[in-house]
Amino acid sequence: MACFVVPMAEAMVATTVSKVLIKKEEQKSMQEIEDGFINDTGSCRIEARQIKKLSNFLWGGSGLLAFEHLWHGEIMPYFPFLTAANNPADLTKMLHEMSTVGVTMAVVVTLFWGVLTFIEMKGTNKKTVIQ
Amino acid sequence: MTLLITALAAIISTILWYVNEKARFLKVGILCYEFWGAFLMWMVDAVYEYLELGELYFSPAGQDMLNDTFLGLSVVVLGLIIWLIILLLKDPEHVIKK
Repeated sequence: MACFVVPMAEAMVATTVSKVLIKKEEQKSMQEIEDGFINDTGSCRIEARQIKKLSNFLWGGSGLLAFEHLWHGEIMPYFPFLTAANNPADLTKMLHEMSTVGVTMAVVVTLFWGVLTFIEMKGTNKKTVIQ
Repeated sequence: MTLLITALAAIISTILWYVNEKARFLKVGILCYEFWGAFLMWMVDAVYEYLELGELYFSPAGQDMLNDTFLGLSVVVLGLIIWLIILLLKDPEHVIKK
């Protein structure tokens, strides 16, 4: 019904966080250039990149799921956009689906990203130790 | 069928991304994000549906299967269109912005 809304909301938050981190890093770099000394901003860059990956997974998945909902006539191009929102009985069902299926979707994608990030970080640490 | 077609698309795009440097340069990673994200979400949906329907989940009606196949193929095409738009906008080969 509208389960994709939950991962889409998480995608919005993840995108905002990664943009804030990138901006912070840019400001720090500019300050360092002005001060004439270079400090390590790598960790901030890595965090922003990893969070961007999470937002890519979430945007990609929820975008294609939104298309599926459009296919099944569950989304309409005008307010309130979700057909279930027109009927109170359907609205309750929709909210239930969002709180169960939608939340599980967001959690599963985040866990998948967490495992990938963990493996990648482990690989990066190993490389650093070897060097 | 939608889940299976998306899984296949995710596997193929990941293999392409992994073995081919040119594919990585052409941002095939975008397809991996799209298809793996959608696969995981549809997987969750399938599990919930299985819990609700039980064995009936594995014996869908012919009409539903056909519709799902069409949907799966359309999803793959949409994913490819999104990738193509991003590729043309970023233009890593500098073909458009010469």
